[in-house]
Amino acid sequence: MPRRDDLEKILIVGSGPIVIGQAAEFDYSGVQACKVLLEEGYEIVLVNSNPATIMTDPEFATSTYIEPLTPDSVAAVIEKERPQALLGTLGGQTALNLAKALYEDGTLDRFGVELIGADYDAILRAEDREIFRQTMTDAGLRVPRSAIVTSMADADRGIQDLGLPLIVRPAFTLGGHGGGIARTRGEFHERVSEGLNASPIHQVLLEESVLGWGEFELEVMRDRNDNVVIVCSIENIDPMGVHTGDSVTVAPQQTLSDRQYQVLRDQAITVIRAVGVETGGSNVQFAVEPSSGEVVVIEMNPRVSRSSALASKATGFPIAKIAARLAVGYALEEIPNDITRVTPASFEPTIDYAVVKIPRFAFEKFPDAEGSLTTQMKSVGEAMAIGRTFKQAFMKAMRSRELDAVVEPPADTEQLLTRLELPYSDRYELLFEALRRGTGVEELHARTSINPWFLGQFEQLVAAERDGELAHRKQLGFSDEQAGVSREQRIAEGLRPDFKSVDTCAAEFEAQTPYYYSSYERPSISARGAEVRRGSKPSVVILGSGPNRIGQGIEFDYCCVHAAMTARELGRDAVMVNCNPETVSTDYDTSDRLYFEPLTVEDVLEVVELEQPEGMVVQFGGQTPLRIARSLEQAGVRLLGTPVDSIDLAEDRGRFGAMLKKLGIQHPPYAVAHSAQEAVEQAKQVGFPLLVRPSYVLGGRAMEICYSDDDLASYLERVIAGAGKSVREEMYPLLLDRFLENAVEIDVDALADGEQAYVAGNMPPVEEAGVHSGDSACVLPPLSIGSDMLEQIRAQTKALALELGVIGLLNVQFALVDNDRLYVIEANPRASRTVPFVSKAIGIPLAKVACRLILGQRLSDQQLPPEEETPGHVSVKEAVLPFQRFHGSDSLLGPEMKSTGEVMGIADDFPTAFAKSQAAAGVALPHEGSVFISVCDTDKPAATQLAARMHELGFRILATSGTAQAISHMGVPVQKLNKIGEGSPHVVDCILAGDVDLLINTPVGISARADGWEIRRATVEHGIPCITTMAGASAAAGAIAAARASRPQVRSLQELHGLRPEPQPSKPKRRAPKPAKA
Amino acid sequence: MLLEDGTRLDGEAVGAERHATGEVVFNTAMTGYQEAVTDPSYNGQILTFTYPLIGNYGVTAEAVESDHVHARAVLMREAVNERPQGGGGWLDWLRAEGIPAVSGIDTRALVRHLRDRGAMRGGVFPGDLPEAQAHELIEAEPSMVGQDLAAAVTPDAPITIEGDGPNVVAIDTGIKSSIVRNLSERGCRLTLMPCSSSGQEVLSRNPDAVFLANGPGDPAALGHVVGTVRELVGKVPVFGICLGHQLLCRAVGLETFKLPFGHRGANHPVKDLSTGRIEITAQNHGFAVVGPGGDRTLDTDEPVRWETDFGAAELSHLNLYDRTVEGLVLHDVCGAGVQYHPEAGPGPHDSLYLFDRFMEMLAHA
Ligand SMILES: Nc1ncnc2c1ncn2[C@@H]1O[C@H](COP(=O)(O)OP(=O)(O)O)[C@@H](O)[C@H]1O
Ligand SMILES: Nc1ncnc2c1ncn2[C@@H]1O[C@H](COP(=O)(O)OP(=O)(O)O)[C@@H](O)[C@H]1O
Ligand SMILES: [Mg+2]
Ligand SMILES: [Mg+2]
Repeated sequence: MPRRDDLEKILIVGSGPIVIGQAAEFDYSGVQACKVLLEEGYEIVLVNSNPATIMTDPEFATSTYIEPLTPDSVAAVIEKERPQALLGTLGGQTALNLAKALYEDGTLDRFGVELIGADYDAILRAEDREIFRQTMTDAGLRVPRSAIVTSMADADRGIQDLGLPLIVRPAFTLGGHGGGIARTRGEFHERVSEGLNASPIHQVLLEESVLGWGEFELEVMRDRNDNVVIVCSIENIDPMGVHTGDSVTVAPQQTLSDRQYQVLRDQAITVIRAVGVETGGSNVQFAVEPSSGEVVVIEMNPRVSRSSALASKATGFPIAKIAARLAVGYALEEIPNDITRVTPASFEPTIDYAVVKIPRFAFEKFPDAEGSLTTQMKSVGEAMAIGRTFKQAFMKAMRSRELDAVVEPPADTEQLLTRLELPYSDRYELLFEALRRGTGVEELHARTSINPWFLGQFEQLVAAERDGELAHRKQLGFSDEQAGVSREQRIAEGLRPDFKSVDTCAAEFEAQTPYYYSSYERPSISARGAEVRRGSKPSVVILGSGPNRIGQGIEFDYCCVHAAMTARELGRDAVMVNCNPETVSTDYDTSDRLYFEPLTVEDVLEVVELEQPEGMVVQFGGQTPLRIARSLEQAGVRLLGTPVDSIDLAEDRGRFGAMLKKLGIQHPPYAVAHSAQEAVEQAKQVGFPLLVRPSYVLGGRAMEICYSDDDLASYLERVIAGAGKSVREEMYPLLLDRFLENAVEIDVDALADGEQAYVAGNMPPVEEAGVHSGDSACVLPPLSIGSDMLEQIRAQTKALALELGVIGLLNVQFALVDNDRLYVIEANPRASRTVPFVSKAIGIPLAKVACRLILGQRLSDQQLPPEEETPGHVSVKEAVLPFQRFHGSDSLLGPEMKSTGEVMGIADDFPTAFAKSQAAAGVALPHEGSVFISVCDTDKPAATQLAARMHELGFRILATSGTAQAISHMGVPVQKLNKIGEGSPHVVDCILAGDVDLLINTPVGISARADGWEIRRATVEHGIPCITTMAGASAAAGAIAAARASRPQVRSLQELHGLRPEPQPSKPKRRAPKPAKA
Repeated sequence: MLLEDGTRLDGEAVGAERHATGEVVFNTAMTGYQEAVTDPSYNGQILTFTYPLIGNYGVTAEAVESDHVHARAVLMREAVNERPQGGGGWLDWLRAEGIPAVSGIDTRALVRHLRDRGAMRGGVFPGDLPEAQAHELIEAEPSMVGQDLAAAVTPDAPITIEGDGPNVVAIDTGIKSSIVRNLSERGCRLTLMPCSSSGQEVLSRNPDAVFLANGPGDPAALGHVVGTVRELVGKVPVFGICLGHQLLCRAVGLETFKLPFGHRGANHPVKDLSTGRIEITAQNHGFAVVGPGGDRTLDTDEPVRWETDFGAAELSHLNLYDRTVEGLVLHDVCGAGVQYHPEAGPGPHDSLYLFDRFMEMLAHA
């Protein structure tokens, strides 16, 4: 079937901010879709609230809207752009829900927009668990038995016929939020009441447990002619009960016989047909009882997903790209497989290696959060590794995680085994330890239900730790360190990895696509690197940022992708090294050669050996490449851009302090302590309040504010002594900074070429310093800062850039006290988290420009507009926080970064932009209702004014006694509420009762930082906006006023910056060309 | 492991302790190792699995396509001897079957070599055997072209599997159990004849249809069977799978040729030209049928017709990988054949409908 010519303009909806369960994979799929549909000659309208995405780069769509992903604002875009179709299957659950909402509220109908990919009924059949179960049963497939309950009463009835354990699933919550496993009656009641609360329709599904069964996923594609192919099978090593996103998974499946596998294949095909996904990819999840082989269908996602991104990277079959073509009318057989070029996409990839995906957790950041793994996803990122054998891939995956919290198994083996019975994030470390202590496969299988085949593989790895020749160990995937050799020794023994390509066909056809992985083989007939298509062009190696984690996410991948584009523009071959399957950087289209490898010195050096590049770029991948930069340089790698020494200069407090002194730049008094006792002494010198943290950390790990000796003592006790001993060493030296209270923090991004510097943007946050810059909302242009101060900031930034010898990007964080005293908090001679935001706010691709400078161009060649030429609009960046996911964690913001993602609001005025940013972050501010205010004494004056303002806006004011008094003095009507201590009905009761629509709660001092915990927790559970700073509060008040005044306008980036989308290459061939061979 | 062109790959001997020679071929399926090696079509061949981990789920009594292993030897990247409950270990079984096997060799490098140079003879030998000697053994091995291997796998006397449906007589050039199962499940009374049987002997059993089975080797070498089939075409409905399809085609005067390195796997897309549907198919053949106008690969997606000694043949199935003939129907006489394996075993079930189509054709014949 040919391309649909009745469509001209297609609306694509992204997935919004990075949250747990929805990460960069949807930027990857969105970018692929945008690319091919532009190639196909369609006009693309894109809406996404996340500025740190490649898809929101102006050249990837005809019109790009950075707007909240809410029905209203998307409707506004539809009304303005009038697309004929909406492709909603590429932006995750968010886009799917939006498509559903826009259909239900009649918007699509009103503007004649057709849902392509999956239509409304298909979405409903897949997403509504009840309809789904019915559809499956009608199709003759088995699903877990279940009961729908809307109250504790019927819940207790439900438990009768389902028995314990069972699975509790709230209806209509994202990523299974609020659900879980109930093993005991106690847990059961807890989960059900949580579930009822979490569910917008107060409904939960009780489901028969199939805990311990094998969990399998199949990635299915279907075209208009009803041709169906299975792209990939994925087996979860963690059995049912651990969310697939938190499970270690392997592709292809390892333990099913051909007969069992064909049963799943047949069922997956039945599922996609029954649900009626017309075209595109879907993900079907099964549970399989190991001994009987009984199969139940768990769920299907009628869209591209985390797993489809994984499947694409695992097989080389670009699911999203092909799904997009299918959605506009093509049939699979009409789309060429761009890896072989000679065969069509209507086939099933077959692979000759194993792929392991391993999750990256962040529990260390949420100390009080419950750390067990359940049916709700908790991991913040993932790494993937490819090896010729499972063991190789597994070992590579393990070292790709870059853990910074070390696991310390209990000394007592029985304790160890008991802990293994429930899955935790450190499960695999513990499993290996148990094997080391001689526990057998049967025993471990009994405790964990993990398939003996995998346990057997682990056993072999552990055996090789004890004794095994070097060659053998390397073939098993051991790093040099694990294998007990130095690189030199290994090379002396003639042990080098070969590089194989990912080709979808197990070498049956010549692969055209340069996508490689390393593997140690026995001496072979193919010369080392024989498969690598290395042309004669000079190449530039770009190091990616590895698995996403809090503090280092998609923003850095964004920069790496820009670096690759730029290297190609400047006539180099871009060579990407990364191990994160979610990203655009690991799309084989992004670079000239992609090496899917762990970002360790050993693995990177092997790539360099083979590539013999012109040089390497390390400043775009966040802290990951910086960590290994020095060792790489020492091994003879030529690093381009800012010299390594500057990184050290910026991170070494002593050297940095000296440099600031030389430049006459202020910094907060600080000291460096090498022991607990030294810390206590130094504290006196520096003076309280103190900000304490270990050196060399990103995202403010283990950072705390101490107001007194006691606070300090407790920090040293809890954080330092509390940490595992192996970590403890790394924690020293400790950094003690004087904590500047009620200072404004200003984040600055600048470019430099070694002789000149350019300040691109400086962003005062909405919150005060003390909230990690990554977690606080910030504004561009810096409205709140006077022009002389801006001048001073620019001057100091440039001085720093030149003194540090920066070539490329520099990020500086200033703290401004009383609007006249300026302090430097830190300088990072690398791309920062804010680069994408600034680039989009001012319309200059900073990372690209930086990469040009790195490759030898000068600032003067760049025709940049005058610095800080204030754009005619205001941009606000807001952070998105994961507290909902982490049971029991406090939602208070502090110097330790906790956000997983960010959104951007753009408007003509600050209040509107702020309102947009809040809506985009998912905590839309109320238009009316009641606001609860409880603030510390210093904030009381500000609070009373705020109350007056809210009162004018028609809000009901609630407050705790102290605050209430202050407010009523101003003659503002206020209702006093009990503190929790003062008995019911108290604040939390009101929140639970839904009587509070907005909550303002600023804590005092360390003691109060613990207070209000329950209040904030309650708001988090109920998704009520909770503002913890006065600055934030007054911004919110302004935003509410603005939002009520007028319906926000939407403007595309192309309009804002007067851009034209880059001309696209002409349309590709319709049908797969005839094969060369035979 | 040594190839006739002198290419040598060392690995670990994990099977029976003997040497073996044969045509070295590769299969790209990721599951179904036990079915593969017991498929009689692999007779005379050394089978390389491109999937690196072989043996993961052990072996069972059900997962066999015949009563013993037909592959001469097995080449793997990593052999696994897992023994799941209710099953045996893959390597234990290979040893018991007396089949040599090599593990730990760079199979991908080998496959790329075969892909570029074409399938060739080779052998597996103990490390201490002098290479020159090994080479002689390989040279002694006849080339696949012109080899009659059917004789080796055909039964000595007719075998009948009762059924209350149509009476189907199969010329057994090495039929797979899955084919037998699929026909029996549909009620056929099935008689397996030695491939030396004459047309008379076949007709004397007054079959409702004659089925030509899969099997090893070069169809061109099976002149006598082709002759037999020629006697049958037009008198009774004749159907063929794989080698059987090739024999039918030769019987009606069409040519066959050797593919560079054959089709062996479970992921080849085949288009059914009557419905436009695409099936993912199991394949295992080294030869193929020449299409209309002597073309080995076809440019058309239409059910084109061309002349045979028995009237028009119509292209029914096309391979979308290399666009070779995957199936045809005879128009003026009742007969049809497909090159691939609708019975799967191992492989996807997309093409099982062909057995139903077969039953319908019988009903109307
Ligand atoms: N009936 C069940 N018994 C045991 N575990 C289950 C059951 N249903 C789901 N799970 C576990 O919960 C996880 C999430 O469930 P799923 O239906 O996939 O929701 P989501 O939409 O969040 O992916 C699954 O990956 C599986 O491990
Ligand atoms: N001396 C200080 N006074 C007040 N706040 C500070 C001070 N130093 C750091 N902070 C706060 O802590 C946050 C994290 O500190 P920073 O040095 O940026 O660490 P990171 O490397 O995690 O970015 C900053 O964003 C700022 O809000
Ligand atoms: Mg799921
Ligand atoms: Mg889901």
